[in-house]
Amino acid sequence: MPEMTTGKALNKALSLILEKNSTAFIAGEDIGIYGGAFGVTDGLLAQFGDERIKDTPISEDVIAGLAVGASMTGGKPIVEMQFSDFIVNAMDPIVNQAAKLHFMYGGSVNVPIIVRGASGAGTGAAAQHSQSLESWFCHVPGLKVVTPSNPQNAYDLLLHSFVDPNPVIFMEHKLIYKIKDNVELNEIPKESSMLGKANIINEGKDITIVSYSNMVNVAKEAIAAKELQNYSIELIDLQTVSPIDYDTIKNSLKKTKRLLVCQEAPSNSSVGTTVISKIVESELFNELEIAPKLVSGLHSPMPSAKHLELNVIPQVEDITNVIKSML
Amino acid sequence: MAITKDTQLELHRMMMLIRLFEEALEEMFSRGLLHGTMHLSIGQEATAAGACLALQKNDLITSTHRGHGHCLAKGAEPYKMFAELLGREDGYCRGRGGSMHIADLSNGNLGANGIVAGSLTISVGAALSFQMQKKENIILCFFGDGAVNEGSFHEALNLASLWNLPVLFLCENNQYGMSMATDKAVAGDSIASRGTSYGIESIQIDGNDVETVYENVLNFKNEILSSGGPKFIEAVTYRYRGHSKSDRNLYRTSDEIEYWKEEKDPIKRYIGKLIESGISEDQLKDIDTDIRDLIRKSVKQALDSPLSPITNLEEDSYA
Repeated sequence: MPEMTTGKALNKALSLILEKNSTAFIAGEDIGIYGGAFGVTDGLLAQFGDERIKDTPISEDVIAGLAVGASMTGGKPIVEMQFSDFIVNAMDPIVNQAAKLHFMYGGSVNVPIIVRGASGAGTGAAAQHSQSLESWFCHVPGLKVVTPSNPQNAYDLLLHSFVDPNPVIFMEHKLIYKIKDNVELNEIPKESSMLGKANIINEGKDITIVSYSNMVNVAKEAIAAKELQNYSIELIDLQTVSPIDYDTIKNSLKKTKRLLVCQEAPSNSSVGTTVISKIVESELFNELEIAPKLVSGLHSPMPSAKHLELNVIPQVEDITNVIKSML
Repeated sequence: MAITKDTQLELHRMMMLIRLFEEALEEMFSRGLLHGTMHLSIGQEATAAGACLALQKNDLITSTHRGHGHCLAKGAEPYKMFAELLGREDGYCRGRGGSMHIADLSNGNLGANGIVAGSLTISVGAALSFQMQKKENIILCFFGDGAVNEGSFHEALNLASLWNLPVLFLCENNQYGMSMATDKAVAGDSIASRGTSYGIESIQIDGNDVETVYENVLNFKNEILSSGGPKFIEAVTYRYRGHSKSDRNLYRTSDEIEYWKEEKDPIKRYIGKLIESGISEDQLKDIDTDIRDLIRKSVKQALDSPLSPITNLEEDSYA
C-alpha cells in the first residue's frame, strides 16, 4: 500500500473516477492549472483536458446549479467549493434544487452530484474561511453529508459518494489534507455502502466517543493520554453525518453506557446535539450510567489569531479532561 | 419564413388548450377541489405555445412557477397534470410537486421551479451536458422578468456565454414580479440589453404574437445549432389574473388589464389572423370543441383516479 496524504488520496480517487467514467467531470474555481486551492485536483487538467476539468469564474451559485442540470441529463459532476464557507452563495441550487428534485418530481429524476468543500479551522484563516457548516445540510432531507477524517476513508468515501444516486455534500477538513498514511487504492464500488456506516477506530468498553471529521484525530490523541491508559475507550468515526449510523453507536453504548460526542462545530442545532437527543430518546436512556456530554467549538465566529482560534476549537486536553470526568 | 397552415392550426390549438386548461383549474379551485395556490398564465399563452412548438421532443426546457403552459406545450398530457394538482398517484409527480413543480422528462421538460431564477443555472448544466455529449439539441430556459434581478441570472448568462453553451434564455416579461412593476425593478435600458452585456445576441419581441415567438425561437435555435452559443429573447406579454390566488390586483388598474384583454390578447389576435388567411370559422370551432372535450374527459379521469397513497415519505426523499 502506497503512503500518501489525504489530499493525494482524494486526487487519486478523482483520477480513478474520471478515468473509468466518461460522463464524470469536475468544475470549480482554480481547479485547473492551479490544481485547486489545496492541491486536490493537481495534475488532473493535464491528464484529462479542459473539457472535463472545468475552471469556472468565481460564481458558486452557477457552479452548483450547473451540477444539478448536468446530473439530470446524464452527466456525473463533481464540483468544488474552494472553501466550504463559500457554499452559502450556492444554497439555492443545493437546498432548494438538488435536495428536492427527486422527491418533488415524484422520483422521476435523480441528482447524483458531489459538492466538495474545504471546511474547518486551524489555519488562521478567520471567520469566513474556517467554518464547519455540515449540520446545515444534515437538516435538509434529500442530501447526504460525508465527513472523512483520514487518507483511506477520504479515498473510499469519495468513491462511494460518486456511485450514490443522491446529492452528496463532501466536507474535507483542511487539517486532514496533510495527514499521511498508507492507502489501499480500492476500485470504484458498485454501491455506496459506506455512506451511513460509521467506523470503529478503537474498541473499548468503558466509554463511547462519537466524533467525525478532523475531531476524530483530536479525540484519538486525547484517548492516548497517559492518565487514560487504564481505561478501555471506544472511538467511533461517524464518517457520514447524514445519514448517521445509530446502530453502531447504540451497540457501543450497550457495552459502555457512557456517551461523549466531540465536534469542532458549535453545539447549537448540531450533529452532536442530534446524536445525543436520539440516544436520550431511545430505549438506551435508562441504561446510561451518566448524562451524555458534548465537547464542541465555542458559539463564536472563528478568530484569526492563533491563541484565540485554539480557544474556540476543542483541544486534545479538553477532550481528555471531559473523558476523565465521565469515568 | 412561411409558417404552414398545419403549424398555424397547431399554434392556435395549443394556445386554446393552455387557456382552457387553466380556466378549468380556476373553476376547480373555486369549487374547493384544489389544495394550495397556483400561478395562472392566462394571457401569456403565445410565448409558451410559440416557443415550445419550435422545439423538437429531444430539446429540453426548464420552466417556472407559472409553468402550466410550458408543460402542456412541451407535450404533457392534461390528465396527468390535473391529476398532479389533485394529489393523485397518476400525477406527473405523484402529488409531491403540485402546480409549481411539474416535471415531464419523457417530453423534455426538466421541470417547473418554485424559486425565481431557480432554473437558470440548471439550464446551464443541461446545456453543458448537450455540449459534452455532442448532441444536436438545445435547452430553452423560461424565466420571468422578476428573475433578472437575481444573482443566479447573471452567473448563468456569464457562464453560458463564456462556454458557448446551447441554451436559449427566454424571458417572459409579463411586466410585474408579483406586484413590482418591471420599470421599478429593472435598471438599465431593457431586459434584453442585459443579455447583450454578456455578449449574447438578444432581442425584444412581442410575446403576444404567437408566430413572432415561434419564428424567433426557431431562428435562434438553428443559429445555436449551427454556430453555438447562447441566445436571449425578451418576450413582452401580460398576465390577466393575479400573481397567485391571493392577489387583489392593487398595483395596476382595471383599465390596463382590460386594454391587454381587448387589444392584445394573443388568442383573439391570432383567430383574426387565421380567418384573414382563409381558415374557416368552422375549423376553429371544431378545434374548440375538441379541446373542451379533452379537458372535460381529463378532469373527470383525474378526479376518478386514486389519491396518492401515503408511503414512507422520508424514504422518498432519497433515490
